[in-house]
Amino acid sequence: MAMLKVAVWRGAEKGGFQTYEVPRLASQTVLDVVTHIQRAIDPSLAYRFACRVGVCGSCAMNVNGRARWTCRTHVEKVAADGQLEIAPLSNLPVIKDLVTNMEQFFDKWAKARGRFTGARTRDDDFARVMPDSPQRRHVDAGIECIGCGVCYSACDVVQWKPDYLGPAALNRAWTLHNDVRDTRRVERLVAVAGDAGCHACHTHMSCSERCPKQIAPTIGIAGLKRAAAAAALDGEL
Amino acid sequence: MKNDYRARNHPAWWAFAVHRASGILLAFFLPLHFWALAQALQGAESLDGFLRWTEQPLVKFAECGLVLLLGAHLCGGLRLLLIEFLPWHDHQKSLLAIAGGASVVIGLAFALNVV
Repeated sequence: MAMLKVAVWRGAEKGGFQTYEVPRLASQTVLDVVTHIQRAIDPSLAYRFACRVGVCGSCAMNVNGRARWTCRTHVEKVAADGQLEIAPLSNLPVIKDLVTNMEQFFDKWAKARGRFTGARTRDDDFARVMPDSPQRRHVDAGIECIGCGVCYSACDVVQWKPDYLGPAALNRAWTLHNDVRDTRRVERLVAVAGDAGCHACHTHMSCSERCPKQIAPTIGIAGLKRAAAAAALDGEL
Repeated sequence: MKNDYRARNHPAWWAFAVHRASGILLAFFLPLHFWALAQALQGAESLDGFLRWTEQPLVKFAECGLVLLLGAHLCGGLRLLLIEFLPWHDHQKSLLAIAGGASVVIGLAFALNVV
């Protein structure tokens, strides 16, 4: 039987790669490989997963140096020479092995005012938002984010400037900025226009390159830059 | 964990690297450029002497590189402005290719002129 050589990160912030031999199977995903190691070789291996079908986003890891969803990555696609390197996501503290602490990632969503605040109550009628309106189209382009952290891991600005809010939080802020029902537009622009906000982006576009949902956070970040500049000119910021 | 070259190996990151490197190299060139212009303050003889020195093949070759850097920085900057100020289009990689191609055209056009 053909075997895969798989180097897996073991330890926490300090640690090293340990190599395992895993049987190569047809239609095998990288998550299948990690699961095989944990169930058949070393039960002490820690990793995260839930849905196994690209819905939850919890199995994101670095595979051969690139952030990916392991459940949606076929071994065939990434291990042409029969070798794999699997590591935890970058730019996040490692708890154990392949598990990262995503607290700072979600804290930054809150810092970017990534929460909807409307003016209507349950007694009011539904808001009417035309599907073909420019704002609704902007929201559509970014709303499918499931918070897996792949873009955050791929982003060099997060690595160079740890305060940087990151692509996912800014993408969330952009979708809310374009939500015509939301009432905290200016407050949100203040939150994302600071030193660690949208203006810190260097347009490497690694987020847009790696997003498994094909979202381009670069669009939202550029949009927030324009919106913040316009608000500053209007005297709102 | 930190990213290495494998996470960065994609066209837009290379465009960033070229834009940054060309910007830094051009910043080093600027003082030399101003010094050359300042030779005119010492009189025509001084400036002409310097200009004769620049006719050497090696200096001309370096000048072609300089124009290539200027072209790359200009085209890369225009590309960024298009991303920042125009509505998004899904042909970002084509835009990159156009910026790269235009830079080379600018550099080669100058080289042709020299030869």
